Amino acid sequence: MATTQEAKTGGSTLEGLRASSWSSRIAVAIIAALTVLLLVQAVREPGQFTSQLLIGLTNGAIIALIALGYTLVYGIIELINFAHGDNFMIGSFVGVTVLSGTFLGLGFFAPIDASSGAALKVFGVLFALVVAMVVCGLVNVGIERVAYKPLRNSPRLAVLITAIGMSFILQNVGLAWKDASQIPFPSLVSNANILAGVTDEVTFRWKDLFVLAVTVPLLVALSYFIRSTKQGKAMRAVAQDKEAAAMMGINVNRTISVAFLLGGILAGASGVMFGLFNGTTVFDVGLRQGLFAFTAAVLGGIGNLTGAVVGGILIGIIGSMTDQYIGVRWTDIVIFTVLILVLVFRPRGLLGDRSAVQGGGGE
Amino acid sequence: MPPEAVDGTPKILEARGITKVFGGLVAVNSVNFAIPERAIISLIGPNGAGKTTFFNMVSGLYKPTSGSFVFGGTDVTRLGAHQRARLGIGRTFQNIRLFGTMSALDNVLAGMHTRLKSGVLGSILRTPGVRREEEEARERALELLRFVGLRSRETFAKNLPYGDQRRLEIARALASEPKLLLLDEPTAGMNPQETARLTQLIGRLRDERGISILLIEHEMRVVMSISDRVTVLDHGEKISEGSPVEVREDPRVIEAYLGTARTG
Repeated sequence: MATTQEAKTGGSTLEGLRASSWSSRIAVAIIAALTVLLLVQAVREPGQFTSQLLIGLTNGAIIALIALGYTLVYGIIELINFAHGDNFMIGSFVGVTVLSGTFLGLGFFAPIDASSGAALKVFGVLFALVVAMVVCGLVNVGIERVAYKPLRNSPRLAVLITAIGMSFILQNVGLAWKDASQIPFPSLVSNANILAGVTDEVTFRWKDLFVLAVTVPLLVALSYFIRSTKQGKAMRAVAQDKEAAAMMGINVNRTISVAFLLGGILAGASGVMFGLFNGTTVFDVGLRQGLFAFTAAVLGGIGNLTGAVVGGILIGIIGSMTDQYIGVRWTDIVIFTVLILVLVFRPRGLLGDRSAVQGGGGE
Repeated sequence: MPPEAVDGTPKILEARGITKVFGGLVAVNSVNFAIPERAIISLIGPNGAGKTTFFNMVSGLYKPTSGSFVFGGTDVTRLGAHQRARLGIGRTFQNIRLFGTMSALDNVLAGMHTRLKSGVLGSILRTPGVRREEEEARERALELLRFVGLRSRETFAKNLPYGDQRRLEIARALASEPKLLLLDEPTAGMNPQETARLTQLIGRLRDERGISILLIEHEMRVVMSISDRVTVLDHGEKISEGSPVEVREDPRVIEAYLGTARTG
């Protein structure tokens, strides 16, 4: 079974498609039609098309940071951490709390909002990011200790169910903390178009730049960490063979904690950015964003770090294009259709699974 | 201080009454066993005799049902594999278990993990100390690759020829600076020339580096030529022990091997 599956998906996408028949031809036809539709739009209104592409890139960056958390954890213990999206929600809540200056009824400082000075705004945003990253990192490590580690040697389904349970717990912590209504974020990052003086056709806002300016350094740092540091090597070793890694003196439990820590840190950053970018957050935001990110991770090849980033950006762009050219109400349908198509035709994702946490880019 | 044995040679490892039960199966039955310093000890026996189970207990991957291990004078029975590796127990695996999608060099560097000091913070900040340590580690890794006679450095481990993978596994185990090295069928699947080269290499580990070696091996020519002592397991019990010649002529050993109609 597994070997035929692999043989089918191991080759190029086209070969995989040729192997199956009608359904695949329909899928190819749909993808081709959509591509043509997009190209027509790109030619007719290049400005608008480019703007949508940039929005997609920004949304994709936010999704990619969450997707990395799914993929890091999957790469190392083969668990889909369904609580991860809700940890992202916790990140946005921590962010909005820090900016409000009030915690547990105690006012620590005056709220940082649109009326604050520029320096204070920058400080506030950075402070909120750092606090959310630390909190989410620790929450993720804590979840692993309490809920997953005791089940390390249980059947995988047990851990998966626990992860879903953890997701509900976090959601309800959010609900108890800030109620069910939408929580407004102060608008600290400008909505103005950077390119206003240059061209009226293409929109690229300061807050788009903000998201990329936070995401890119985080990606570079993560990549450096995994590729070049002692702990990164240990992580790749544990991902490939836990017993052999233990024989090298690598503390497997600690290395797994580090993977959860990194995933949580990225989710925290993503949560704060999401709030500042969209101006609002809510207790169940993690479900939708988490599923988008999970789709991105699977699309790129779950376990593969580069894949998570590529998948995130693709999902972001697919979403923004659907918003513009098909209709916002169709976006979820389109994105989850992508998930199903990937699972049917290329279950190991675009870049193949696991290889990047484990080392090289592809096979 | 390592305890002195009756014959006066200090022991690097002592196993006392080691028993391992899987469900209803007694895989290893109250085995007493000692490895002197700077010695090559072979563990032989028919398939299913409990050799690899014993190995897994020495390296800490399995916990014995009863009995204790003393390594270099410390009781390590309760320590996990990574803690034992830190104290100086290294091993290779019967079915090669390299980190397949890491380069040969990275495999060896991963093996050095426990000997490098830099923490998470240091590796992020890249302090001069960390950088120097990384350079030295790289130098040492290259030297180890040369020592085992491996020329490829950047190739993914899984793409190396079989014999090279075996040698790389030894280099990776050496990187953790073991005092005791466990080799699980290191010559399996090798041709006669490769086997001869590896046998020579194992001898050099003892002579040049002073490492004690516990060897599981089916190739009798290898066992007879380099072992200082040989221990024979059958059905989880130690049935014979002594110099290679003594063991070869022990009727119980001959019976154990012929009884299974397989000599490996």
